[in-house]
Amino acid sequence: MPIKEKYDVVVIGSGPGGLAAAIEAKKNGAEDVLIIERDVEPGGILLQCIHSGFGLEVFGKDMPGPAYAQHFISDALTAGIELLLDTMVIDITPGRRIFACGKHGGLIDIQARALVLSMGCRERTRAQIRLPGTRPAGVYTAGTAQRWVNVEGYMPGRNFVILGSGDIGMIMARRLTLEGAKVEQVLEVMPYLTGLTRNYVQCLMDFGIPLHLSHTVNRIIGNKRVEAIESIQVDERWQPVPGTAQVVPCDTLLLSVGLIPENELSRKAGVKIDPITAGPWVDDGFETNVPGIFAAGNVVHVYDLVDWVTEAGYAAGRSAAQFALREREKERRHIPMIAGLNVRYIVPQAIDKENLKEGDIRLQLRVTQPLEKLVWIEISDGENSITRKRAPYARPGEIITLTIPQRAYDQVAKAGQLRVDVTKR
Amino acid sequence: MYMEEITKLICITCPKGCTLEVQRDGDTVLKVEQGCKRGHEYARRELVDPRRMISSTVKITGGEHPLLPVYTADAFPKPRIPDLMTALRKLGVKAPIRMNQVVLADALGTGINILASRDMPKLSR
Repeated sequence: MPIKEKYDVVVIGSGPGGLAAAIEAKKNGAEDVLIIERDVEPGGILLQCIHSGFGLEVFGKDMPGPAYAQHFISDALTAGIELLLDTMVIDITPGRRIFACGKHGGLIDIQARALVLSMGCRERTRAQIRLPGTRPAGVYTAGTAQRWVNVEGYMPGRNFVILGSGDIGMIMARRLTLEGAKVEQVLEVMPYLTGLTRNYVQCLMDFGIPLHLSHTVNRIIGNKRVEAIESIQVDERWQPVPGTAQVVPCDTLLLSVGLIPENELSRKAGVKIDPITAGPWVDDGFETNVPGIFAAGNVVHVYDLVDWVTEAGYAAGRSAAQFALREREKERRHIPMIAGLNVRYIVPQAIDKENLKEGDIRLQLRVTQPLEKLVWIEISDGENSITRKRAPYARPGEIITLTIPQRAYDQVAKAGQLRVDVTKR
Repeated sequence: MYMEEITKLICITCPKGCTLEVQRDGDTVLKVEQGCKRGHEYARRELVDPRRMISSTVKITGGEHPLLPVYTADAFPKPRIPDLMTALRKLGVKAPIRMNQVVLADALGTGINILASRDMPKLSR
Protein backbone atom coordinates (compact mmCIF):
# COMPACT_ATOMS: atom_id res chain seq x y z
CA MET A 1 0.00 0.00 0.00
CA PRO A 2 1.55 3.33 -0.99
CA ILE A 3 1.56 5.78 1.90
CA LYS A 4 0.41 9.29 1.08
CA GLU A 5 2.29 12.35 2.29
CA LYS A 6 -0.80 13.92 3.76
CA TYR A 7 -3.94 12.55 5.42
CA ASP A 8 -7.09 14.14 6.75
CA VAL A 9 -6.90 12.09 9.93
CA VAL A 10 -4.06 9.95 11.23
CA VAL A 11 -4.73 7.72 14.22
CA ILE A 12 -1.91 6.28 16.30
CA GLY A 13 -2.90 2.86 17.64
CA SER A 14 -5.51 0.38 16.41
CA GLY A 15 -7.06 -0.63 19.70
CA PRO A 16 -10.75 0.03 20.37
CA GLY A 17 -10.20 3.79 20.80
CA GLY A 18 -8.24 4.16 17.59
CA LEU A 19 -10.54 1.97 15.49
CA ALA A 20 -13.63 3.87 16.69
CA ALA A 21 -11.97 7.23 16.04
CA ALA A 22 -10.94 6.23 12.52
CA ILE A 23 -14.37 4.83 11.63
CA GLU A 24 -16.20 7.87 12.95
CA ALA A 25 -13.76 10.30 11.28
CA LYS A 26 -14.45 8.61 7.96
CA LYS A 27 -18.22 8.76 8.57
CA ASN A 28 -17.95 12.47 9.28
CA GLY A 29 -16.34 13.40 6.01
CA ALA A 30 -12.63 12.74 6.43
CA GLU A 31 -11.47 11.37 3.09
CA ASP A 32 -8.11 9.84 3.87
CA VAL A 33 -7.84 8.15 7.23
CA LEU A 34 -4.74 6.22 8.26
CA ILE A 35 -4.16 4.11 11.36
CA ILE A 36 -0.56 3.42 12.34
CA GLU A 37 -0.15 0.28 14.47
CA ARG A 38 3.03 -1.20 15.89
CA ASP A 39 1.68 -4.77 16.11
CA VAL A 40 1.42 -7.02 13.06
CA GLU A 41 -2.38 -6.93 13.22
CA PRO A 42 -5.04 -4.44 14.33
CA GLY A 43 -7.10 -4.85 17.51
CA GLY A 44 -4.80 -3.81 20.32
CA ILE A 45 -4.99 -5.42 23.74
CA LEU A 46 -8.48 -6.84 23.08
CA LEU A 47 -6.84 -9.60 21.05
CA GLN A 48 -5.42 -11.15 24.20
CA CYS A 49 -8.52 -10.46 26.34
CA ILE A 50 -10.24 -13.66 25.24
CA HIS A 51 -12.74 -13.62 28.14
CA SER A 52 -16.23 -12.35 27.54
CA GLY A 53 -17.87 -9.32 29.12
CA PHE A 54 -17.33 -6.84 26.31
CA GLY A 55 -19.96 -5.03 24.27
CA LEU A 56 -22.97 -4.79 26.56
CA GLU A 57 -23.15 -1.00 26.22
CA VAL A 58 -22.31 -0.68 22.52
CA PHE A 59 -23.83 -3.85 21.03
CA GLY A 60 -26.27 -4.80 23.78
CA LYS A 61 -24.67 -8.22 23.94
CA ASP A 62 -21.84 -9.91 25.71
CA MET A 63 -18.87 -10.98 23.59
CA PRO A 64 -15.20 -11.94 23.97
CA GLY A 65 -12.52 -9.29 23.48
CA PRO A 66 -11.26 -10.52 20.09
CA ALA A 67 -14.85 -10.58 18.76
CA TYR A 68 -15.45 -7.04 19.97
CA ALA A 69 -12.29 -5.95 18.15
CA GLN A 70 -13.21 -7.94 15.05
CA HIS A 71 -16.42 -5.94 14.54
CA PHE A 72 -14.46 -2.70 14.42
CA ILE A 73 -11.60 -4.14 12.36
CA SER A 74 -14.08 -5.35 9.75
CA ASP A 75 -15.92 -2.00 9.78
CA ALA A 76 -12.65 -0.10 9.39
CA LEU A 77 -11.59 -2.20 6.41
CA THR A 78 -15.02 -1.89 4.78
CA ALA A 79 -14.91 1.88 5.26
CA GLY A 80 -11.62 2.03 3.36
CA ILE A 81 -9.49 3.11 6.28
CA GLU A 82 -5.80 2.55 5.58
CA LEU A 83 -3.80 0.47 8.04
CA LEU A 84 -0.05 0.75 8.39
CA LEU A 85 0.94 -2.25 10.51
CA ASP A 86 4.20 -3.32 12.10
CA THR A 87 5.14 0.36 12.22
CA MET A 88 6.23 2.35 15.24
CA VAL A 89 5.60 6.07 15.49
CA ILE A 90 8.78 7.56 16.89
CA ASP A 91 8.02 11.27 16.88
CA ILE A 92 5.17 13.71 16.40
CA THR A 93 5.32 17.50 16.25
CA PRO A 94 2.84 20.15 17.44
CA GLY A 95 2.24 20.79 13.71
CA ARG A 96 0.97 17.18 13.40
CA ARG A 97 3.89 15.84 11.43
CA ILE A 98 4.45 12.18 12.15
CA PHE A 99 7.66 10.20 11.89
CA ALA A 100 7.40 6.44 11.99
CA CYS A 101 9.50 3.47 11.06
CA GLY A 102 8.77 -0.10 10.19
CA LYS A 103 9.64 -2.79 7.77
CA HIS A 104 7.33 -1.33 5.12
CA GLY A 105 9.57 1.49 4.06
CA GLY A 106 12.22 2.81 6.38
CA LEU A 107 11.51 6.23 7.84
CA ILE A 108 8.01 7.45 7.10
CA ASP A 109 7.14 11.14 7.24
CA ILE A 110 3.44 11.98 7.15
CA GLN A 111 1.49 15.19 7.63
CA ALA A 112 -1.90 14.89 9.34
CA ARG A 113 -4.59 17.54 9.10
CA ALA A 114 -5.89 16.11 12.38
CA LEU A 115 -4.18 13.58 14.64
CA VAL A 116 -5.79 11.19 17.11
CA LEU A 117 -3.63 9.77 19.89
CA SER A 118 -4.86 6.35 20.98
CA MET A 119 -1.76 4.58 22.21
CA GLY A 120 -3.49 2.99 25.20
CA CYS A 121 -1.66 2.24 28.40
CA ARG A 122 1.11 0.13 29.83
CA GLU A 123 1.30 -2.05 32.91
CA ARG A 124 3.10 -0.91 36.02
CA THR A 125 6.13 -3.14 36.58
CA ARG A 126 8.01 -4.56 39.54
CA ALA A 127 10.49 -1.66 39.46
CA GLN A 128 7.69 0.87 39.69
CA ILE A 129 6.29 -0.63 42.89
CA ARG A 130 9.74 -1.32 44.35
CA LEU A 131 9.21 -4.95 45.36
CA PRO A 132 12.04 -6.10 47.63
CA GLY A 133 13.82 -9.44 47.40
CA THR A 134 15.92 -11.30 44.87
CA ARG A 135 15.52 -10.87 41.13
CA PRO A 136 14.79 -14.33 39.78
CA ALA A 137 12.90 -15.30 36.63
CA GLY A 138 9.19 -15.77 37.20
CA VAL A 139 8.04 -12.23 38.02
CA TYR A 140 5.80 -10.96 35.23
CA THR A 141 3.05 -8.45 34.69
CA ALA A 142 -0.36 -10.06 34.37
CA GLY A 143 -0.83 -8.71 30.84
CA THR A 144 2.44 -10.25 29.66
CA ALA A 145 1.33 -13.61 31.04
CA GLN A 146 -2.06 -13.08 29.38
CA ARG A 147 -0.40 -12.56 26.01
CA TRP A 148 1.70 -15.73 26.44
CA VAL A 149 -1.18 -17.93 27.58
CA ASN A 150 -3.89 -16.64 25.24
CA VAL A 151 -2.03 -15.72 22.06
CA GLU A 152 1.39 -17.32 21.97
CA GLY A 153 0.69 -20.58 23.77
CA TYR A 154 3.17 -20.54 26.63
CA MET A 155 2.45 -21.27 30.29
CA PRO A 156 4.68 -19.03 32.39
CA GLY A 157 4.58 -21.27 35.49
CA ARG A 158 2.73 -23.85 37.59
CA ASN A 159 2.10 -22.28 40.99
CA PHE A 160 1.12 -18.65 40.97
CA VAL A 161 0.67 -15.82 43.40
CA ILE A 162 -1.04 -12.76 41.94
CA LEU A 163 -0.46 -9.33 43.41
CA GLY A 164 -3.35 -6.96 42.76
CA SER A 165 -7.10 -7.59 42.63
CA GLY A 166 -7.65 -5.57 39.46
CA ASP A 167 -9.63 -7.18 36.66
CA ILE A 168 -6.61 -8.42 34.72
CA GLY A 169 -5.22 -10.12 37.84
CA MET A 170 -8.48 -11.88 38.66
CA ILE A 171 -9.17 -12.85 35.06
CA MET A 172 -5.68 -14.32 34.80
CA ALA A 173 -6.25 -16.25 38.03
CA ARG A 174 -9.24 -17.97 36.38
CA ARG A 175 -7.49 -18.44 33.06
CA LEU A 176 -4.41 -20.06 34.59
CA THR A 177 -6.61 -22.31 36.71
CA LEU A 178 -8.56 -23.44 33.65
CA GLU A 179 -5.24 -24.20 31.94
CA GLY A 180 -4.21 -26.48 34.81
CA ALA A 181 -2.06 -24.19 36.98
CA LYS A 182 -2.58 -23.63 40.69
CA VAL A 183 -3.21 -20.06 41.82
CA GLU A 184 -2.27 -20.05 45.50
CA GLN A 185 -3.67 -16.67 46.36
CA VAL A 186 -4.42 -13.14 45.21
CA LEU A 187 -3.03 -10.32 47.35
CA GLU A 188 -4.47 -6.80 47.43
CA VAL A 189 -2.77 -3.96 49.27
CA MET A 190 -6.01 -1.96 49.52
CA PRO A 191 -8.64 -2.96 52.08
CA TYR A 192 -11.11 -3.44 49.21
CA LEU A 193 -11.35 -5.21 45.85
CA THR A 194 -10.01 -2.99 43.04
CA GLY A 195 -11.64 -4.85 40.12
CA LEU A 196 -15.28 -5.55 39.32
CA THR A 197 -17.28 -7.56 41.87
CA ARG A 198 -18.50 -9.95 39.20
CA ASN A 199 -14.91 -10.89 38.45
CA TYR A 200 -14.39 -11.71 42.13
CA VAL A 201 -17.37 -14.08 41.85
CA GLN A 202 -16.62 -15.77 38.54
CA CYS A 203 -12.82 -15.70 38.63
CA LEU A 204 -11.89 -16.27 42.27
CA MET A 205 -14.93 -17.59 44.21
CA ASP A 206 -15.86 -20.09 41.47
CA PHE A 207 -12.42 -21.69 41.74
CA GLY A 208 -11.88 -21.32 45.48
CA ILE A 209 -8.92 -18.96 45.03
CA PRO A 210 -8.28 -17.04 48.27
CA LEU A 211 -8.18 -13.23 48.17
CA HIS A 212 -6.23 -11.49 50.94
CA LEU A 213 -7.13 -7.81 51.27
CA SER A 214 -4.70 -5.40 52.97
CA HIS A 215 -1.85 -7.74 52.02
CA THR A 216 1.15 -7.30 49.79
CA VAL A 217 4.39 -9.02 48.81
CA ASN A 218 7.03 -8.33 51.44
CA ARG A 219 9.83 -9.93 49.44
CA ILE A 220 10.52 -12.30 46.59
CA ILE A 221 12.50 -15.46 47.37
CA GLY A 222 14.53 -17.54 44.89
CA ASN A 223 17.72 -17.29 42.91
CA LYS A 224 17.33 -18.48 39.33
CA ARG A 225 13.58 -18.89 39.57
CA VAL A 226 10.97 -17.67 42.02
CA GLU A 227 10.72 -20.24 44.83
CA ALA A 228 8.31 -18.41 47.11
CA ILE A 229 7.08 -15.00 48.07
CA GLU A 230 6.66 -13.64 51.55
CA SER A 231 3.26 -12.04 52.01
CA ILE A 232 2.53 -9.54 54.73
CA GLN A 233 -0.46 -7.69 56.07
CA VAL A 234 -0.40 -3.88 55.86
CA ASP A 235 -2.15 -1.19 57.87
CA GLU A 236 -4.19 1.65 56.40
CA ARG A 237 -0.95 3.53 55.62
CA TRP A 238 0.42 0.50 53.74
CA GLN A 239 2.93 -0.15 56.52
CA PRO A 240 3.69 -3.85 57.18
CA VAL A 241 2.08 -5.23 60.33
CA PRO A 242 4.85 -6.98 62.33
CA GLY A 243 4.37 -10.68 62.86
CA THR A 244 2.08 -11.21 59.86
CA ALA A 245 4.70 -12.33 57.31
CA GLN A 246 4.01 -15.69 55.68
CA VAL A 247 6.08 -17.59 53.14
CA VAL A 248 3.97 -18.78 50.20
CA PRO A 249 5.76 -21.28 47.94
CA CYS A 250 5.20 -20.58 44.25
CA ASP A 251 7.19 -20.45 41.01
CA THR A 252 5.61 -17.37 39.48
CA LEU A 253 4.45 -13.99 40.72
CA LEU A 254 2.11 -12.00 38.51
CA LEU A 255 1.71 -8.28 39.02
CA SER A 256 -1.62 -6.65 38.33
CA VAL A 257 -0.82 -3.37 39.99
CA GLY A 258 -2.14 -0.68 37.74
CA LEU A 259 -1.95 0.74 34.26
CA ILE A 260 -0.30 3.94 33.12
CA PRO A 261 -1.41 5.84 30.00
CA GLU A 262 1.36 5.73 27.40
CA ASN A 263 2.13 9.35 26.56
CA GLU A 264 5.77 9.65 25.51
CA LEU A 265 4.63 10.73 22.03
CA SER A 266 2.02 13.13 23.39
CA ARG A 267 4.68 14.92 25.43
CA LYS A 268 6.88 15.29 22.35
CA ALA A 269 4.09 17.20 20.64
CA GLY A 270 3.68 19.50 23.63
CA VAL A 271 0.40 17.93 24.76
CA LYS A 272 -0.44 18.95 28.31
CA ILE A 273 -0.64 15.95 30.66
CA ASP A 274 -2.97 15.88 33.66
CA PRO A 275 -0.84 14.81 36.64
CA ILE A 276 -3.71 12.79 38.17
CA THR A 277 -4.78 10.75 35.11
CA ALA A 278 -1.29 10.72 33.56
CA GLY A 279 -3.13 11.30 30.27
CA PRO A 280 -3.70 14.34 28.06
CA TRP A 281 -5.88 17.21 29.21
CA VAL A 282 -8.87 17.10 26.83
CA ASP A 283 -12.01 19.14 26.17
CA ASP A 284 -15.45 17.69 25.48
CA GLY A 285 -14.48 17.05 21.85
CA PHE A 286 -11.41 15.14 23.12
CA GLU A 287 -9.12 17.81 21.68
CA THR A 288 -5.89 18.35 23.62
CA ASN A 289 -4.34 21.75 24.31
CA VAL A 290 -2.54 21.42 20.93
CA PRO A 291 -4.98 22.39 18.16
CA GLY A 292 -5.75 19.49 15.84
CA ILE A 293 -4.38 16.83 18.20
CA PHE A 294 -7.08 14.69 19.79
CA ALA A 295 -6.83 11.78 22.24
CA ALA A 296 -9.13 8.89 23.09
CA GLY A 297 -9.17 5.71 25.14
CA ASN A 298 -6.83 4.45 27.82
CA VAL A 299 -4.20 6.96 26.69
CA VAL A 300 -6.44 9.62 28.32
CA HIS A 301 -7.41 7.73 31.45
CA VAL A 302 -7.73 4.04 32.23
CA TYR A 303 -11.29 2.86 31.61
CA ASP A 304 -13.01 -0.10 33.22
CA LEU A 305 -15.20 -0.84 30.18
CA VAL A 306 -14.08 -1.05 26.57
CA ASP A 307 -17.50 0.21 25.48
CA TRP A 308 -16.68 3.60 26.95
CA VAL A 309 -13.36 3.61 25.13
CA THR A 310 -15.29 3.11 21.89
CA GLU A 311 -17.60 6.01 22.70
CA ALA A 312 -14.64 8.26 23.49
CA GLY A 313 -13.07 7.17 20.19
CA TYR A 314 -16.24 8.09 18.32
CA ALA A 315 -16.25 11.56 19.88
CA ALA A 316 -12.56 12.13 19.13
CA GLY A 317 -13.01 10.87 15.55
CA ARG A 318 -15.90 13.27 14.93
CA SER A 319 -13.93 16.23 16.25
CA ALA A 320 -10.86 15.22 14.28
CA ALA A 321 -12.88 15.02 11.04
CA GLN A 322 -14.39 18.45 11.64
CA PHE A 323 -10.94 19.89 12.27
CA ALA A 324 -9.51 18.22 9.17
CA LEU A 325 -12.33 19.57 7.00
CA ARG A 326 -11.69 23.09 8.28
CA GLU A 327 -8.01 22.60 7.45
CA ARG A 328 -8.94 21.40 3.98
CA GLU A 329 -11.10 24.47 3.46
CA LYS A 330 -8.21 26.70 4.55
CA GLU A 331 -5.93 24.90 2.11
CA ARG A 332 -8.51 25.27 -0.67
CA ARG A 333 -8.65 29.02 -0.11
CA HIS A 334 -4.90 29.39 0.20
CA ILE A 335 -2.96 30.22 -2.94
CA PRO A 336 0.82 29.94 -2.61
CA MET A 337 2.94 32.91 -3.74
CA ILE A 338 5.87 31.72 -5.83
CA ALA A 339 9.08 33.76 -6.04
CA GLY A 340 9.83 33.83 -9.80
CA LEU A 341 12.56 35.48 -11.88
CA ASN A 342 14.91 37.60 -9.79
CA VAL A 343 12.66 37.38 -6.72
CA ARG A 344 14.25 36.15 -3.49
CA TYR A 345 11.10 35.90 -1.40
CA ILE A 346 7.54 37.17 -1.06
CA VAL A 347 5.58 37.92 2.11
CA PRO A 348 2.96 36.68 2.60
CA GLN A 349 3.93 33.24 1.29
CA ALA A 350 0.30 32.49 0.53
CA ILE A 351 -2.94 34.42 0.27
CA ASP A 352 -6.47 33.50 1.24
CA LYS A 353 -8.24 34.14 -2.05
CA GLU A 354 -11.54 34.89 -0.32
CA ASN A 355 -9.90 37.92 1.30
CA LEU A 356 -9.51 39.37 -2.17
CA LYS A 357 -13.29 39.77 -2.33
CA GLU A 358 -13.02 42.21 0.54
CA GLY A 359 -10.22 44.34 -0.90
CA ASP A 360 -6.75 44.51 -2.40
CA ILE A 361 -4.01 42.34 -0.93
CA ARG A 362 -0.58 43.87 -0.40
CA LEU A 363 2.60 41.91 -1.14
CA GLN A 364 6.18 42.75 -0.24
CA LEU A 365 9.26 41.21 -1.77
CA ARG A 366 12.97 41.55 -2.26
CA VAL A 367 14.86 40.89 -5.47
CA THR A 368 17.90 38.67 -5.80
CA GLN A 369 20.05 40.86 -8.10
CA PRO A 370 20.12 44.65 -8.56
CA LEU A 371 18.64 45.86 -11.86
CA GLU A 372 19.63 49.53 -12.42
CA LYS A 373 17.23 49.93 -15.33
CA LEU A 374 13.50 50.21 -15.85
CA VAL A 375 11.80 47.01 -14.63
CA TRP A 376 8.43 45.25 -14.74
CA ILE A 377 7.14 43.73 -11.53
CA GLU A 378 4.55 41.29 -12.71
CA ILE A 379 2.06 38.98 -10.97
CA SER A 380 0.87 36.06 -13.07
CA ASP A 381 -0.81 32.73 -12.57
CA GLY A 382 2.27 31.18 -14.15
CA GLU A 383 1.06 31.71 -17.71
CA ASN A 384 -1.22 34.74 -17.95
CA SER A 385 -0.46 38.13 -16.49
CA ILE A 386 -2.75 39.34 -13.74
CA THR A 387 -1.26 42.73 -13.04
CA ARG A 388 2.08 44.49 -13.42
CA LYS A 389 3.72 47.70 -12.43
CA ARG A 390 6.74 49.68 -13.56
CA ALA A 391 9.68 50.73 -11.45
CA PRO A 392 12.81 52.73 -12.38
CA TYR A 393 15.11 50.06 -10.80
CA ALA A 394 15.08 47.08 -8.40
CA ARG A 395 17.58 46.67 -5.59
CA PRO A 396 17.92 43.83 -3.01
CA GLY A 397 18.33 46.40 -0.24
CA GLU A 398 14.93 47.97 -0.91
CA ILE A 399 11.64 46.16 -0.36
CA ILE A 400 9.24 46.30 -3.28
CA THR A 401 5.57 46.68 -2.40
CA LEU A 402 2.78 45.81 -4.81
CA THR A 403 -0.88 44.89 -4.55
CA ILE A 404 -3.12 42.24 -6.00
CA PRO A 405 -6.19 44.25 -6.99
CA GLN A 406 -9.64 43.19 -5.80
CA ARG A 407 -10.87 43.24 -9.43
CA ALA A 408 -8.48 40.32 -10.22
CA TYR A 409 -10.55 38.00 -7.98
CA ASP A 410 -12.02 35.88 -10.79
CA GLN A 411 -8.64 35.23 -12.34
CA VAL A 412 -6.92 34.62 -8.98
CA ALA A 413 -9.67 32.28 -7.78
CA LYS A 414 -8.95 29.93 -10.70
CA ALA A 415 -5.17 29.99 -10.23
CA GLY A 416 -3.34 27.16 -8.51
CA GLN A 417 -0.54 29.52 -7.57
CA LEU A 418 0.57 33.12 -8.08
CA ARG A 419 4.02 34.04 -9.26
CA VAL A 420 5.93 37.29 -9.22
CA ASP A 421 8.73 38.04 -11.71
CA VAL A 422 10.96 41.11 -11.78
CA THR A 423 12.37 41.65 -15.27
CA LYS A 424 13.94 44.34 -17.46
CA ARG A 425 11.52 46.40 -19.50
CA MET B 1 -43.43 -27.96 55.83
CA TYR B 2 -42.79 -24.43 54.63
CA MET B 3 -39.09 -23.62 54.83
CA GLU B 4 -38.28 -20.21 53.49
CA GLU B 5 -34.63 -19.27 53.14
CA ILE B 6 -32.90 -16.18 51.81
CA THR B 7 -29.73 -16.58 49.76
CA LYS B 8 -27.56 -13.65 48.76
CA LEU B 9 -25.96 -13.80 45.32
CA ILE B 10 -23.72 -11.38 43.47
CA CYS B 11 -25.03 -11.03 39.93
CA ILE B 12 -22.42 -11.57 37.21
CA THR B 13 -24.65 -10.72 34.26
CA CYS B 14 -23.25 -7.25 33.74
CA PRO B 15 -20.44 -5.11 35.20
CA LYS B 16 -22.72 -3.55 37.83
CA GLY B 17 -22.42 -6.60 40.12
CA CYS B 18 -25.72 -6.17 42.02
CA THR B 19 -26.33 -8.16 45.19
CA LEU B 20 -29.49 -10.22 44.72
CA GLU B 21 -31.55 -11.57 47.60
CA VAL B 22 -33.32 -14.76 46.68
CA GLN B 23 -36.21 -16.03 48.84
CA ARG B 24 -36.76 -19.68 48.18
CA ASP B 25 -38.33 -22.85 49.42
CA GLY B 26 -35.94 -25.66 48.56
CA ASP B 27 -35.42 -25.47 44.82
CA THR B 28 -38.44 -23.23 44.28
CA VAL B 29 -37.55 -19.58 43.98
CA LEU B 30 -40.27 -17.44 45.54
CA LYS B 31 -38.95 -13.97 45.04
CA VAL B 32 -35.78 -12.11 43.95
CA GLU B 33 -35.05 -8.68 45.39
CA GLN B 34 -32.83 -6.03 43.76
CA GLY B 35 -31.35 -6.22 40.30
CA CYS B 36 -33.01 -6.26 36.90
CA LYS B 37 -34.95 -8.80 34.86
CA ARG B 38 -31.79 -10.42 33.54
CA GLY B 39 -30.44 -10.59 37.05
CA HIS B 40 -33.54 -12.36 38.26
CA GLU B 41 -33.18 -14.95 35.49
CA TYR B 42 -29.57 -15.41 36.52
CA ALA B 43 -30.53 -15.90 40.18
CA ARG B 44 -33.19 -18.50 39.39
CA ARG B 45 -30.76 -20.52 37.33
CA GLU B 46 -27.69 -20.04 39.54
CA LEU B 47 -29.32 -21.91 42.42
CA VAL B 48 -30.36 -24.98 40.45
CA ASP B 49 -28.16 -25.10 37.35
CA PRO B 50 -25.19 -22.73 37.60
CA ARG B 51 -23.64 -21.86 34.26
CA ARG B 52 -20.74 -19.73 33.08
CA MET B 53 -19.57 -18.23 29.82
CA ILE B 54 -16.25 -19.92 29.09
CA SER B 55 -13.48 -18.60 26.91
CA SER B 56 -10.37 -20.51 26.03
CA THR B 57 -8.11 -21.29 23.10
CA VAL B 58 -7.62 -24.17 20.69
CA LYS B 59 -4.59 -25.03 18.60
CA ILE B 60 -4.60 -23.67 15.08
CA THR B 61 -2.17 -24.17 12.22
CA GLY B 62 -1.55 -21.87 9.29
CA GLY B 63 -2.59 -18.64 11.02
CA GLU B 64 -0.77 -15.64 12.46
CA HIS B 65 -0.74 -17.25 15.93
CA PRO B 66 -0.56 -20.84 17.23
CA LEU B 67 -3.81 -20.39 19.19
CA LEU B 68 -7.33 -19.45 18.21
CA PRO B 69 -9.49 -17.86 20.92
CA VAL B 70 -12.89 -19.54 21.28
CA TYR B 71 -15.97 -19.11 23.47
CA THR B 72 -19.12 -20.92 24.42
CA ALA B 73 -22.13 -19.73 22.42
CA ASP B 74 -24.13 -19.86 25.64
CA ALA B 75 -23.43 -20.19 29.34
CA PHE B 76 -21.99 -23.65 30.02
CA PRO B 77 -22.91 -25.96 32.94
CA LYS B 78 -20.42 -25.16 35.69
CA PRO B 79 -19.72 -28.76 36.88
CA ARG B 80 -18.73 -29.78 33.35
CA ILE B 81 -16.21 -26.98 32.76
CA PRO B 82 -13.15 -29.17 33.53
CA ASP B 83 -14.34 -31.74 30.96
CA LEU B 84 -14.84 -28.97 28.42
CA MET B 85 -11.28 -27.77 28.96
CA THR B 86 -10.01 -31.32 28.36
CA ALA B 87 -12.02 -31.54 25.14
CA LEU B 88 -10.73 -28.17 23.90
CA ARG B 89 -7.14 -29.17 24.63
CA LYS B 90 -7.53 -32.11 22.24
CA LEU B 91 -8.96 -29.98 19.47
CA GLY B 92 -6.95 -28.59 16.55
CA VAL B 93 -8.19 -26.47 13.66
CA LYS B 94 -6.72 -25.05 10.47
CA ALA B 95 -6.71 -21.48 9.22
CA PRO B 96 -8.60 -19.77 7.68
CA ILE B 97 -11.27 -19.45 10.35
CA ARG B 98 -14.02 -16.82 10.47
CA MET B 99 -15.38 -15.26 13.63
CA ASN B 100 -18.34 -17.21 15.06
CA GLN B 101 -17.48 -20.27 13.01
CA VAL B 102 -18.32 -23.44 14.99
CA VAL B 103 -15.10 -25.15 16.05
CA LEU B 104 -16.82 -27.75 18.26
CA ALA B 105 -20.52 -28.50 17.81
CA ASP B 106 -22.71 -29.66 20.68
CA ALA B 107 -19.86 -29.67 23.19
CA LEU B 108 -20.12 -32.72 25.52
CA GLY B 109 -23.69 -33.22 24.37
CA THR B 110 -24.88 -30.01 26.01
CA GLY B 111 -26.20 -28.58 22.75
CA ILE B 112 -23.82 -25.65 23.20
CA ASN B 113 -21.49 -24.84 20.32
CA ILE B 114 -17.94 -23.59 20.73
CA LEU B 115 -17.31 -20.62 18.43
CA ALA B 116 -14.23 -18.81 17.15
CA SER B 117 -13.83 -15.39 18.78
CA ARG B 118 -12.11 -13.81 15.77
CA ASP B 119 -11.11 -14.24 12.16
CA MET B 120 -7.81 -16.04 11.69
CA PRO B 121 -6.81 -15.69 8.05
CA LYS B 122 -4.49 -18.15 6.44
CA LEU B 123 -0.97 -16.78 6.30
CA SER B 124 0.41 -16.56 2.79
CA ARG B 125 4.03 -16.95 3.82
